Amino acid sequence: MIEVEDVYFRYPNGVEALKGVSLTIKNGEFVAIMGQNGAGKTTLVKHFNGLLKPTKGRVLVDEAETTKVSVATLARKVGFVFQNPDHQLFCETAEEEIAFALKNFGFKETIIKRRVQWALNLLGLTQYKKISPFMLSGGERKRVALASVLAWNPKILILDEPTIGQDYQQKEKLRQFILQMKTQRKTVIIVTHDVEFVAECNPRVVLMREGKIVADGEAKEILTNEEVLTQASIVPPQIAQIFMQMPSLQLPKNIIDVYEAREILLKMLRSDAK
Amino acid sequence: MPVIETKNLTYTYPGGTKPSISDVSIKIKKGEFALITGPSGCGKTTLCRCFNGLIPHFYQGELKGEIKVTGLNILENPIYEMAKHVGLVFQNPENQLFALSVEKDVAFGLENLGVPREEIRKRVNWTLNLTGIYDLRERAPHELSGGQQQRVAIASILAMQPEVMVLDEPTSFLDPLSAKKIFKVIYELNKKLGITVVLVEHRLDLTARYADHIIVMDDGKVVLDGEPREILSSEEARLIGIGIPKATRLYHILKKDGVKLSNTVPLSSDEMANLLKEALKVHD
Repeated sequence: MIEVEDVYFRYPNGVEALKGVSLTIKNGEFVAIMGQNGAGKTTLVKHFNGLLKPTKGRVLVDEAETTKVSVATLARKVGFVFQNPDHQLFCETAEEEIAFALKNFGFKETIIKRRVQWALNLLGLTQYKKISPFMLSGGERKRVALASVLAWNPKILILDEPTIGQDYQQKEKLRQFILQMKTQRKTVIIVTHDVEFVAECNPRVVLMREGKIVADGEAKEILTNEEVLTQASIVPPQIAQIFMQMPSLQLPKNIIDVYEAREILLKMLRSDAK
Repeated sequence: MPVIETKNLTYTYPGGTKPSISDVSIKIKKGEFALITGPSGCGKTTLCRCFNGLIPHFYQGELKGEIKVTGLNILENPIYEMAKHVGLVFQNPENQLFALSVEKDVAFGLENLGVPREEIRKRVNWTLNLTGIYDLRERAPHELSGGQQQRVAIASILAMQPEVMVLDEPTSFLDPLSAKKIFKVIYELNKKLGITVVLVEHRLDLTARYADHIIVMDDGKVVLDGEPREILSSEEARLIGIGIPKATRLYHILKKDGVKLSNTVPLSSDEMANLLKEALKVHD
C-alpha cells in the first residue's frame, strides 16, 4: 500500500511541484495519473520509490516511511520505468540490460536466465536479445526498459508513459499484462497522456493540475467530466466526445467504450426506425 | 511533381543483419499532409532519416534504390544542403537540443541558413509564441520537461519554414490538449504556407483528420498507401494493428450491424457525431 500524506515538494531551483497531495493506493489497484505537462505527475510517482523525498508531509510504502529506507531497498519492491528509455538503458545487449537488476538483487544464475527469457518473450524482444538497445527503435527501447523492470517481478510497478511509441497491438499486450498483474494483487501505477488507452483499461484515474489532485475516481466518470478535463488539459476519449455532441438525445454521460456506445446507439436507431 | 519520391529504397544499418527498410517506393506530393504509421520497429524512423540525408551520410550503412527530395538526389547532396529544404523533428528531443537557452536553440538553424539578424529575431518570437514557449525562452533546454523539450524541438524546425517538415512522433510527451494545439498549428502552416508535412504517428485519433495521405509500413515495407478514409476502413489496417480512431471503429461496427449511415467514413469524433445526428434526425 502507498500512503501519501499532505506532501509538498520543492525542487532546488525553487519550483514547487507538489502542493499538498494526499492519496492512498491499495494493493492490487490499477491507477492512471493524468494531467497537463508540469502538473507534478512524474514528481509524485518519483516519491513512491524514494527517488524524491517530500519537502513537507510524508510518503509510506507498506507502512515504511520513504525517508527511513534506502532507495535500494525500496527498488526491490517498487519497479520504476522512466518516461524516456534512454535515461535508463546502458548495457551492450538487451539481454544484459534485463539481467542487470536481477544480478544486483543476487538472484541465482538459473533463475536470471529464466526470468530474462520470460521478459524478452513477454515484450516480443527475443529476436533482439543479442542486439544493443541503442540499435533498436524508440518503441522497442521503451519495451527493453519495461522488460528490465518486469523481470524482477516487483510488487508495485510504476510506468511513466508506457504507451509512447507503441502500436495498437503492443498496447493491447500491455493492457492484458496489467490486468494479469491486478489478479496477482500487484499494484500498477501509470502516468499517461494516452486517453484512448485509459478508456480501454478503465482504471482508477487521479487527475492533477498545478501540483494538486483535482479529481479522483473511475475512468468512465472522470474522462467524461468535461469541466475537470479541460482544467487538466485532457481531451475526452473520442466515444465520449461523440456523445457530448448530441446533448438533446440525453444519452448516458459516462460512456467511453466503443461496444457500450454501440449498444446504446443501436437501441436508439432501431426504436427510431419503428 | 512529387516533393519526395523513392524507388525501391532499401537500407541496412552498419552491422545490421537485414534491411530496416526494403523496397520502399512512395511519392509524396508538394503541399501534402502525409501520415506514416505502422507497428513499432517497422522502419518509420529509418525512412524519416533518409528524407534529409542523415541516412546514408551520417549513419553510413548500405542504401540501395533511388531517393529524391525537393528534386535533389540524396546521395549526391550533403546533409547541410538538404537541411535548407527539409526540417526533421526527432523522436527524442534530447537528441536534437544542445544550446544553453531555448531562444538560441530555435535561432540556430536560421543563423546557419544566413538569415538576417532582424528576420531571425522576428521568426524566433513568432515560433516561440506559436508553440507556447515564449516564457521559456531564457531557460536551458536540458532542464525542461520532456513535453517542453518537444515544443522547443518543433519550434526550432518551424522557425526555418522549410519546404518539407518531417516530424517523428513529435508530441509523444505532451498532454492531449497541448498535442492537439500543436497538430493544429502544423496543419495551419501546411495549408497557409504550403509546407509539405510528413508525420510519423501512432495516435491516429489525434491526427488522421488532418492527413491527405496515409502510408502504412510493416516489417520494413510499405503495405498500404493511399487515401486516409479508405486505408482506415481496410481490414488489413486493422489486422496489422494500427490504432484506428475510435470514431472510425464505431462507424464500421454500426455499419456491420446494418445501420444506415452516409458512405463518407468519419476520421474524427465531430464527423461521426454529425453522421449520427443525420441518422437520428437531431439538431444539436
